[in-house]
Amino acid sequence: MIRFDNVSKRYPGGQEALKNLTLQIDKGELVFVTGHSGAGKSTLLRLIGLIEKPTRGQLLVDNRSTRGIRKGKIPAYRRDLGMVFQDHKLLFDRTVFDNVALPLVIAGMGHREIGKRVRAALDSVDLLRKEKQRPETLSSGEQQRVGIARAIVGRPKIVIADEPTGNLDPELSLGIMRLFDRFREIGVTLLIASHDLALIGQFGHRHIALSDGVLEYDSAAEAKPASDAY
Amino acid sequence: MGNYFTRHLQVMIASLGKLREAPLAAFLTITVIAITLALPSALHIVIKNALQVTGGWAGAVDFSLYLKPDIDEDQARTLATLLDGRADIAQVTLIPADEALAEFAALSGFGDAVDALDENPLPHTLVVRPLAGLSADASALLKQEMDSLPETDIVQLDTEWVGRFQSMLKLVRRALFMTAGLLGIALLVVIGNTIRLDIQNRRDEIEIMQLIGASDGFIRRPFLYTGFWYGLGGGLLALAVVGAGLILLAGPVSELAGQYGSRFSLSGLSAKESAIVVGTGLALGLGGSWFATARHMRRILPT
Repeated sequence: MIRFDNVSKRYPGGQEALKNLTLQIDKGELVFVTGHSGAGKSTLLRLIGLIEKPTRGQLLVDNRSTRGIRKGKIPAYRRDLGMVFQDHKLLFDRTVFDNVALPLVIAGMGHREIGKRVRAALDSVDLLRKEKQRPETLSSGEQQRVGIARAIVGRPKIVIADEPTGNLDPELSLGIMRLFDRFREIGVTLLIASHDLALIGQFGHRHIALSDGVLEYDSAAEAKPASDAY
Repeated sequence: MGNYFTRHLQVMIASLGKLREAPLAAFLTITVIAITLALPSALHIVIKNALQVTGGWAGAVDFSLYLKPDIDEDQARTLATLLDGRADIAQVTLIPADEALAEFAALSGFGDAVDALDENPLPHTLVVRPLAGLSADASALLKQEMDSLPETDIVQLDTEWVGRFQSMLKLVRRALFMTAGLLGIALLVVIGNTIRLDIQNRRDEIEIMQLIGASDGFIRRPFLYTGFWYGLGGGLLALAVVGAGLILLAGPVSELAGQYGSRFSLSGLSAKESAIVVGTGLALGLGGSWFATARHMRRILPT
């Protein structure tokens, strides 16, 4: 589903965020990505989201090399991807319903179908009763759930989440992770970057750890983490 | 396809709603556009009415044949009929001496002085209008022929004035095009800058849209419709400004024309000309917003 072949990413300032990363993620897997700040977690997700391009190596998503995707085709590529952000990235001048509906509106879907899908997505994150509210009236956890509903409303095959529980208390964080786990059960492939090893430990899913841009640990390879610092 | 048009309609209405959120700023922008469009429109009306006042180009090259004092009205009428039959003359009008004197007395304000005269000093006059499109050489030849007629005392053709008038009109027309062009560029800049500020204010929203898969066209659409509303509002307000100006000037112009015995009244923009003003506003609104979005959206990349 997602394959990194010796992928490196060097930013214009000279910082090498990823170094010769080779990694395979299969369809329907939920993979936690951990690492200290600057380890390369976000870069890994940004490469999948085509927010960045690899400096070297090849990244294949759904058997398609991201290098061959032209600029004009990036929006269509992103519409097949669900993205969840630590800072939620919601539009505060629109209702919860309108925020969640946005990917479907962009895709040109019909009004009735949008209504059905948005309500189903909001129901899955337990926010159906708040569809008419504006995001600023919601708690941080609720806002994150709106972001998740928006990420899954287009029924993407892949969901990437960058520190989705970063600002949430442990109980809310657990709820969010359980939500992601439910998406995995219906065949969605998920990559979740997180600092929270304790939270991750409550789920028996694959866990990879990055350090200074290098893949340091992959639970699928049954190696031990080199450090428990993150 | 239905969804596509529905979305366009929704964005169109939403863009109008966005303008209503900052009504003063929107009104000021629309006013600037309106004034910028109204200036060349008003200049165009001035030229149009100037042409109407002078009776068009043909009227500007009329000859005045002042006949000799011993020619009576019947002889003058016979000569007028004779000249009217010529192929190079469109029309001949006889102004009898008595009629000319009466008109002079009425319009000059020297009525009492004229009454004091023992006899009419004015001759019978023929106003000869050459055929439209007659060349300068043919006009000169015609004038020469008129001059050589035995009944003719003086032939007056103020070609110098006509030449000056033509040059002035050419200059005004050229100035109109240049002004319109420059004002058009100014409008593009004004609209482009307004849209640029709008893009800056909505930078976060644009980034989010990009992240969730919106195409450039989708993101650009509300800004283009904002430009559309600015252009439409500016065009319509320009028509209102020009219309109001005409209403304010109509009275004094009619009064002035009346003092010269004319029924001239100001004519405004025709339906076609009005459509051109609104269409220009729309084109500049859309053009300005297109350039602004093309230029500034390129710089916004999701972070």
